[in-house]
Amino acid sequence: MMLLKILFRNAFHNKLRSGLTILGITVAILAFGLLRTVISAWYSGVEAASASRLITRNAISIIFPLPIAYNEKIRQIEGVKHVSYGNWFGGIYIDEKNFFPNFCVEPKTYMAIYPEFVLTPQETKAFLADRKGFVAGRKLATRYGWKIGDTVTLKGTIFPGNWDFVLRGVYRGRDETIDETQFLFHWDYLNETMKKVSPRRADQVGFYMIAVARPDLSPDVALAVDRTFKNSLAETLTETEKAFNQGFIAMSGAIVTAIQMVSFVVILIIMAVVANTMAMTTRERIGDYAIMKTMGFGGGAIAFMIFGESLVIALTGCIVGMVLTFPAAAAFGHSLSTYFPIFLVSDETLWLDLLAALLIAVCAALIPTRHAIRVGIADGLRRIG
Amino acid sequence: MTSLSFLKRTFVVVTWEPNQIVLSAEGVDLAEPKRPIVEIRNIFKSYHRENLVVPVLHDITFDIADGEFLALMGPSGSGKTTLLNLLAGIDKADSGMIRVGDVDITTLSETELAHWRANNVGFIFQFYNLIPVLRAVENVELPLHLTALSRRERREHAETALRMVNLDHRMDHYPKEMSGGEQQRVAIARAIVTDPTILVADEPTGDLDRASAGEILAMMQSLNDDMGKTIIMVTHDPRAAERAKVIRHLDKGFMNHDASQDPL
Repeated sequence: MMLLKILFRNAFHNKLRSGLTILGITVAILAFGLLRTVISAWYSGVEAASASRLITRNAISIIFPLPIAYNEKIRQIEGVKHVSYGNWFGGIYIDEKNFFPNFCVEPKTYMAIYPEFVLTPQETKAFLADRKGFVAGRKLATRYGWKIGDTVTLKGTIFPGNWDFVLRGVYRGRDETIDETQFLFHWDYLNETMKKVSPRRADQVGFYMIAVARPDLSPDVALAVDRTFKNSLAETLTETEKAFNQGFIAMSGAIVTAIQMVSFVVILIIMAVVANTMAMTTRERIGDYAIMKTMGFGGGAIAFMIFGESLVIALTGCIVGMVLTFPAAAAFGHSLSTYFPIFLVSDETLWLDLLAALLIAVCAALIPTRHAIRVGIADGLRRIG
Repeated sequence: MTSLSFLKRTFVVVTWEPNQIVLSAEGVDLAEPKRPIVEIRNIFKSYHRENLVVPVLHDITFDIADGEFLALMGPSGSGKTTLLNLLAGIDKADSGMIRVGDVDITTLSETELAHWRANNVGFIFQFYNLIPVLRAVENVELPLHLTALSRRERREHAETALRMVNLDHRMDHYPKEMSGGEQQRVAIARAIVTDPTILVADEPTGDLDRASAGEILAMMQSLNDDMGKTIIMVTHDPRAAERAKVIRHLDKGFMNHDASQDPL
């Protein structure tokens, strides 16, 4: 108990130094936590993917379309429960900086495949009944102040022209990991317009979404779909939703790796700072440790006090940093909601924070402890006075 | 005296040499010849500074009797603190033997020495060397954490030791809140609280004014006279040395054998 008392009091004896070190650790843990949250946000689409959903796209590239005629053929494959289809629309709302994902989909089947997008029965009915209707995620509608019945115009990029839509529903995510920034409208609206303005681009979809009866059927169904369209003009590549999303992440793999590297560098830097603090602290107390050795306290007791002091400082900074991560992530997520619709501090990030703090504490105390234990009592006593 | 009973070792009658019965259950009989509590034989010690070997102690041999108050004197660099460190088991001799009680401490490992120090040596230093983050009573209690005493017993013993040095009103004060003399009294309380075999003091009055130094020396003399504590004190100060029963002089690592080595 007495050793615990000494190490706690030692930890805060030099208030300025301890305070600055704790502040440094707090900032480092905060930065580390935010960077890890960015990485989690990057993978949020992968995490939210269902094992019983497949995505079928053109085997050459996602930018090449598939015929709408594939819909019926896919539906007839054994194990397929629902099929839906859609296109990436890529529309701009007023200004290019107002980015949000916007798709046209076959609404009835889409809602069956994605039950995590929750609409009221009235909203569902209104959306299905209005070919120019659209639904928006709660965050998106809030961001632009859209109300049910409002007309919203998107400027087409892939599909030229100004496109008017009427808001018929605002969906909520089933849980906090669901993206609430999407803009979904009727594929028929797009297709009918294409038939008029660019008939060659009509009756084509960007991708099919398939719900299988059971997750274990996914590999067989994927193979069956691709086999069905083998040697056709538009061969398909079918993969799980998770693999499909991961494909997109892989395109930005270098950025994710860079963020990961920076997060670890932050920890390394603060480790050096804490090590310096512990080295100074230990050097100042070398006389105290010598006195304790004269009384019969061994190296274990000295190590306990130095490691303990390092742990107290590191964990104090870590806890403050972890607590601050939540409001910081909320603010960060709000300002970057265009790019990261899901920006949540995960449990894994908090555990990594804690692990980083422990690593900092242990590494920072290693060399000072070794020095304090190895210094002879007589040498230690000579440094007093 | 009842409350101070823990400071009196339970002495047993020991026949050391024919006709020399030195201890009894009643305590120390100062009138009788005493067995040496410390025997130093042919001690050599040198320090290594890079490639240089600096001899510090040359063939030191002498005894310290149980209950003796010994002053080690000599100029700076004469080796007196080194000798004190060797006697206290905080440094190791190059060769020779040091026996304290029945233990040849030159044969002990570091761990054994730490255990031995905890049970047998009380330290008093020039700069008091109290732990700054502990209150006076906690400083005194600290060495008792290596004993089997309960929490309550540790606190009782520490408070008793502080009362002995007349600091019962300063128990909850931190070292920085006390004068040098008071801090040294706390250090004395800490040194005696485990009832050690020997007390070693390195320039205990070196950082004190004359009045405080007088108090500290009187206290040490009382520990020797009244409690029979064996004290080995290194000092430059002739006034401090006058309190000792035996004075030994060191010069350039050699012990001078002169009249002052005899009991005063």
